[in-house]
Amino acid sequence: MQTIDLNAQNLRELNATLQAQASADTPEASWEVLNPKGSHALAVGLDAPIDVTVLGSTGYYCAGMNKQANITVKGSAGPGVAENMMSGTVVIEGDASQYAGATGHGGLLVIKGNASSRCGISMKGIDIVVHGNIGHMSAFMAQKGNLVVLGDAGDALGDSLYEARLFVRGEVKSLGADCEEKEMRPEHLELLADLLERAGADAKPEEFRRYGSARTLYNFDIDNASAY
Amino acid sequence: MCGIVGLFLKDSSLEPDLGRMLSEMLVTMTDRGPDSAGIAIYGQNSEKPYKITLQSSQPDMDFDRLASLVESELGQTPQVLRKDSHAVFGFDQDCLDPLRSLVQAEFPCVTIMSRGESIEIFKEVGLPEKVAQRFDVAQMSGTHGIGHTRMATESAVTTNGAHPFSTGSDQCLVHNGSLSNHNNLRRVLKKQGIEFETENDSEVAAAYLTWQMQNGANLGEALEAGLDDLDGFYTFVVGTKDGFGVLRDPIACKPAVLAETDQYVAFGSEYRALVNLPGIESAKVWEPEPATVYFWER
Repeated sequence: MQTIDLNAQNLRELNATLQAQASADTPEASWEVLNPKGSHALAVGLDAPIDVTVLGSTGYYCAGMNKQANITVKGSAGPGVAENMMSGTVVIEGDASQYAGATGHGGLLVIKGNASSRCGISMKGIDIVVHGNIGHMSAFMAQKGNLVVLGDAGDALGDSLYEARLFVRGEVKSLGADCEEKEMRPEHLELLADLLERAGADAKPEEFRRYGSARTLYNFDIDNASAY
Repeated sequence: MCGIVGLFLKDSSLEPDLGRMLSEMLVTMTDRGPDSAGIAIYGQNSEKPYKITLQSSQPDMDFDRLASLVESELGQTPQVLRKDSHAVFGFDQDCLDPLRSLVQAEFPCVTIMSRGESIEIFKEVGLPEKVAQRFDVAQMSGTHGIGHTRMATESAVTTNGAHPFSTGSDQCLVHNGSLSNHNNLRRVLKKQGIEFETENDSEVAAAYLTWQMQNGANLGEALEAGLDDLDGFYTFVVGTKDGFGVLRDPIACKPAVLAETDQYVAFGSEYRALVNLPGIESAKVWEPEPATVYFWER
């Protein structure tokens, strides 16, 4: 275990050290970051199968563009956590601010507290599991991947949704344009069981409802011509 | 962007440290807005019961000459506490209107920043660290305070365009965001007799809340009404003599973090601003909900 104390080293040194593991002959497997104090862009752009544990809360864009790494934040995360993640796992033990997991292509983002607005906006293949609630406009224009919410969802869930799957156990305050409840088929229960297990979530797949795209916005409708 | 910090103390033993804590919080937010900075402190740093904070655009302003003019014209002997380009005039009673007339006639370089029993506002163009040093904010004690560092969007980078804005006795507001209906609302409020110093959108929000409170609303009710009447992006932090409020618009793009312990309520545009507060590790820390009024009163 290597420890980096941000009271002693600066953020650029931390990120450069962690990013360098991608080309190291024998990457150091386990890292601990002390005193993050809400810093921005912490542990971004990693590309190695290493474990990074951040002891404290982080600011904007923590774990952005992550590939392969397993990053755990023992605190809360500011806006844009795990933005554009490609693979690996990011776990936030507290809450996450707006647009968690935005545009993510792959990997698993677990938020053990609540996520605020725009969670999973424009997600492109990432899996996101939120143990608490999510805010308004979540999964806006979400294209691919799975968003699982054990608590409630705010207004306009899944507005202008493409092919991402949304699973919510609690209440949905309102659905966005072109988002609808869909039938939960056996393959969805199986998918959900796997995601819940990997996210350490104590919930049964049968307790969730599934939402997806009604696909009415995919093609131009001549009846809407007057709106243009 | 813009950066906001606020601190509302519940534990009076922290009051001597208010200015120091608040200025440290504000300096942390420097990279959210380098144009100008300001701070409102609610405290008893004067022996007189009523205070008016004045600012001069002329560095060689003779505030003592203004004080003797006040004495001869208004029959009041102000206690003058000069701080750089500002001066706090302490009075035995409210004399805002005659002082304003006197200043307008004799000292056009002077602006009234705040008035009331408790509030003092200091703001200038420049970085938070510099502004806090110029006014020795770290040495000020108080019960609550609000700071702002500005990245200008809606009006010029001037001292009067800096935040906080004060449009009523012991009231102030800071804003991160931009309002889209401020011109029309300013016209409406002018018809109601509200006066404006700038073309700034945030001043309109401050004046709107003042107008609501003049009509009997408390701070919470005024903020609630603002949800219907103020259009645009905003995170507001608002102070009154005894109160401290936070409001975000329904879209809530502009960041906000609240923290509460038995000793204080603290606001920061980012968590970074709060990390050195006492007991922050065990504080309740949360992101205020969109379109939800938060306010505390003592």
